[in-house]
Amino acid sequence: MNPLPALVLLPIMGGGVAWVAGHVRPRVTTTSRDASWWVVLVTLIVETFVLVMATFGHPVHTGPWPGHFSMPWIPAMGIAVRLDMDGLSLSLIWLSLIMCFLCVFLATRQVTVHAGAFRFLFLATLTGIIGTFLATDLFLFFFFWELMLVPMFGLIAAWGHEDRQRAAMKFFMFTQGSGLIMLLSILGLVITHYRQTGVLTFDYFTLAHTPLSPAVSMLLMLGFFIAFAVKLPVVPVHVWLPDAHTQAPTAASVLLAGILLKTGGYGMIRFNIMLFPDAASRFAPIAMGLGVAGIVYGAWLAYAQDDVKRLIAYSSISHMGFVLLGIFTGSRMGMQGAIIQMLAHGLSTAGLFVVAGAIQDRLHTRDMRCIGGLWAAMPRLSGAGLFFAMAALGMPGLGNFTGEFLVLLATWHVSPLPAILAAVGLVLAAIYALRMVNRIFLAAPRTGLQPVPDVASRQMAVFACVMVFLVLLGVYPQPFVTFSAPLPLPVAAMTGPEGATP
Amino acid sequence: MGEILLPLIILCPLVASLVVSVSAGRMGACAIGTVACAGVGLSAVISVILSVMLLSGPATDALRVVLWPWMRIEGFSADIAFTLDRVSMVMILVVTIVGLLIHVYAAGYMRDDPGIARFFGCMTLFVAAMVVLVLASDLLCMFIGWEGVGLCSYLLIGFWYDDPANTAAARKAFYMTRMGDVALLCGLLLLATATGSLRMGTVLAAVTDGQLPPFSVNAAAALILVGALAKSAQIPFQTWLPDAMAGPTPTSALIHAATMVTAGVYLIARLHDLFAMAAPVMAFMAVLGALTLLMGACKALVQSDLKRILAWSTISQLGYMFLALGCGVWQAALFHLMTHAFFKALLFLTAGAVIMRAGHEQDIFRLGGLRHAMPGLTMAFVAGASALAGLPLVTAGFYSKEMILSGVWHVHFGLTREWGLSGHPLWGIALLGAFLTALYIFRCVFIVFCGKAGTRAVGRTSRLMSIPLGCLCVLSLSGGVIEMPDTLPRLHLFSALLDPGVPLSHADEPIWLVLAGAIVPLAGLGVAWVLWGRRVSVMREIPGQAAIIRPARDGRGMDVVYDRVFVQPLCLLVWLTRLDIADHAITGTGRLTRAASAGMFRARAGVVDMLAIRATGMARWADHLPGQFQNGRVRWYAAWIATGLCAGLAMVVLS
Repeated sequence: MNPLPALVLLPIMGGGVAWVAGHVRPRVTTTSRDASWWVVLVTLIVETFVLVMATFGHPVHTGPWPGHFSMPWIPAMGIAVRLDMDGLSLSLIWLSLIMCFLCVFLATRQVTVHAGAFRFLFLATLTGIIGTFLATDLFLFFFFWELMLVPMFGLIAAWGHEDRQRAAMKFFMFTQGSGLIMLLSILGLVITHYRQTGVLTFDYFTLAHTPLSPAVSMLLMLGFFIAFAVKLPVVPVHVWLPDAHTQAPTAASVLLAGILLKTGGYGMIRFNIMLFPDAASRFAPIAMGLGVAGIVYGAWLAYAQDDVKRLIAYSSISHMGFVLLGIFTGSRMGMQGAIIQMLAHGLSTAGLFVVAGAIQDRLHTRDMRCIGGLWAAMPRLSGAGLFFAMAALGMPGLGNFTGEFLVLLATWHVSPLPAILAAVGLVLAAIYALRMVNRIFLAAPRTGLQPVPDVASRQMAVFACVMVFLVLLGVYPQPFVTFSAPLPLPVAAMTGPEGATP
Repeated sequence: MGEILLPLIILCPLVASLVVSVSAGRMGACAIGTVACAGVGLSAVISVILSVMLLSGPATDALRVVLWPWMRIEGFSADIAFTLDRVSMVMILVVTIVGLLIHVYAAGYMRDDPGIARFFGCMTLFVAAMVVLVLASDLLCMFIGWEGVGLCSYLLIGFWYDDPANTAAARKAFYMTRMGDVALLCGLLLLATATGSLRMGTVLAAVTDGQLPPFSVNAAAALILVGALAKSAQIPFQTWLPDAMAGPTPTSALIHAATMVTAGVYLIARLHDLFAMAAPVMAFMAVLGALTLLMGACKALVQSDLKRILAWSTISQLGYMFLALGCGVWQAALFHLMTHAFFKALLFLTAGAVIMRAGHEQDIFRLGGLRHAMPGLTMAFVAGASALAGLPLVTAGFYSKEMILSGVWHVHFGLTREWGLSGHPLWGIALLGAFLTALYIFRCVFIVFCGKAGTRAVGRTSRLMSIPLGCLCVLSLSGGVIEMPDTLPRLHLFSALLDPGVPLSHADEPIWLVLAGAIVPLAGLGVAWVLWGRRVSVMREIPGQAAIIRPARDGRGMDVVYDRVFVQPLCLLVWLTRLDIADHAITGTGRLTRAASAGMFRARAGVVDMLAIRATGMARWADHLPGQFQNGRVRWYAAWIATGLCAGLAMVVLS
């Protein structure tokens, strides 16, 4: 059995069941976990089994990459359900599942109003994300790209905090608008291919070999780039992110920061760099400049925030600057650094958002001026918060440092100046991270704070798993580096045996 | 055997740290102290075993362990790899043994603190990070330890976080060192780009073979130097160290003696081949070291807080080490690092015990006459003070300082081919510094331990705390005899140990050089006795004397300059730009659009309304007009018919 369609379809079907199960009232006591939560958990466990199968099962060599699935969808337009999987998609899907487990164990329990619907939307977003990582038909890719927006919009708009409507609308406008530009680009590419070869297809691998004039390829690449830049986000178009992250419920924040941003980086690697290598290399100086600007600007603004979730959101912008910088260095080292940075940032920022969410649940505020001295009351949560803050500021031995170092090294190969500027971002990172730690956990306890319970041991175990992953990424990233390398396009198979170079 | 033991040196304190942190709240204070001491103690025992094994082999022998590949990417590779050679052996012995003594002391000192688990979790992690830094044979791996000690110092300085001043000091320490760390990281990136690896052997070989252009070598050396200066609190980064006194005293001892601040000295000593190729950087480093040692000594002379005196003295002594490094006598720097670790740990721990028993009083002018109340502590402090001052022959500090002085005397900086710089002025500064060192530390001794009684001493020093003090006393008095100037018995164990191939030449050393080094501390001691030691003391009743030199007081001088030049403008800038410009641009655009559309809506509504009203009016009027014709009068109808007929006929005819 081919695991790929199951991977995509399982979450949304499980979500549907969870929705129905949400209407079953928990009968015994209020403390017993309700049915829909169990459905979500079972869905995720089954999904993990399928993923394990996809990871370690014997690869079906019908497609260019290890995993392949194909089924006609709209044959007249050359559209098919094509799913392919290489190491990059696989590692990002693993990251998504870890994030979802983190949410399920630590964050979704707080949702009590319409919990079933919440869980359905949550899993529907997961379907969209996994589909995005797997789709190799451009039309299908666009379909999943849009599919992950709608449930996320619902999550923010319905379960968010005080200013949720505006934030949700902003999020939707930005991502939807840029998605339409990408659709134009996709259509442009397909039509160009059709004009030149007479074959109407949306197949990624076929379209990759479309001969394009420099101007056209630059134009099409920019169309893709804008969509991914909004998602990543890159500095001038990042404005949806702080609002969305701040207003979203904790689980949605974790999903947003943990994986949704990574679809941007994934898209840049898969589509900008691999579909249009020449245009991307011509565009690289501008993209690297934007990356450096993002690093410094995000860190700078993170320092000025009083809202803890907003601070984390801006720090995400700073970290994603490293991803952009790494992707466009044009070297394998920079690309690997960017991928490691994506994985590590997903884990560390998700951890920070869960900590922030836990604080908000207990103290009903996100304003750091009103929080303080939590270490005495909640040593466990504070320890976790300190750990993730240290990861965020790039402490060597944790995952973020590995990614940042590789990116910086690759950038230094290109030109030392942006590398030095990006390194300045590390000082700023130390400043905002320590400022957060200091104001929340270390400052003298505020008077008038109610005594609050610390996180339970079981939840601490979940945190510990994330920490172990981060330490692993930090001190032994080699397996991840090898595993998550994006496979190159199968050039050799297309052009003939003489081009078969490894 | 060695391959298994070497990682255990790191693993023991690390495991102890994990155990202590995870079991927070479940273990008693005693158990926590035992676990922590056991972790560090095991690692000390293993280091001794490994050192014996290493010394029994040939001199160039080194124990190399590659644990696992860290990164393997085309164009760059790094390993988690450790090396025990002669240099790291000396350092590892200092770190683990002094660390162990401090831990034993701390187990007594912190017994009643509620946060003891957190304290020992950080302390053992601190030792583990320092051991990683010392043993790493890959510069990137070393960077783990380098940042790790920064993190632990942050946690420990801000240990009593209830007081905002403490956490501010902790953050200051972290920010200052982090700036240096980023410079160091840039230096590493430069080297990695040039050589494709950060293994020390590879990098140094590439540099000495001349594979790198001179500019790159100089730039890399300068960047690494900045990192080392920040870590070791040298000019211009000196301001964080005196504030770092905010932590518990064992922490201060650990930061000042065995770990953290010595990291910079050690790193440069490790990379001395790289620095040897960068002559301008070396000269710069020597000058900075000389300035720092002088400034630190001057500042220490006018402080009134016991721990701050010791802090400035650390900065001053580190200045000696940097002077030695800059002059190329890195063996002397390491030797002084070792003896300094002994006597500074002794001074800090004794000061901690004194302060604890004197009711947490740190002002030396309010202490006084403690000689009678605590004779043991007085002995220990005097031993440490004489070692710091370098009283001739009987203390360890004398031999190490003498080695630096003679090295500085012989140095000659060849900056360009014909133009160079002699080391003699630097030697003069170092000698002046030695005089000031004896002066300030004996000022402290005389004020605190002699004269009229100040505060009342309470309690006793527990056995757990006094045993480490005794050990450190012995070490700081006799730890220096392994290396002597040539005019004394020729004994060069230390330099032979480090670098057996090229023994330092002291052959042409004039005897007055050693004599000068021996007399100057004694002179300082004498002057201090005249000023502060006699019954009728000249200056002891002036607590406000520090006010004579305003910039020397707390919170003055460089602190103010940095605050005005960097911190406040940056804060202002952050405050000015606190709102996301892009966000505001978008929000503004949105608001504009809404306003425009509202305006357009209003305008459209107005126009349509007006048109409609006019149209209805016109229509009504137009309705009305034909209505006039239907007035029911037949004559009018007939007239209209006739007129129409005429008009029609006229048109037909005329056209």
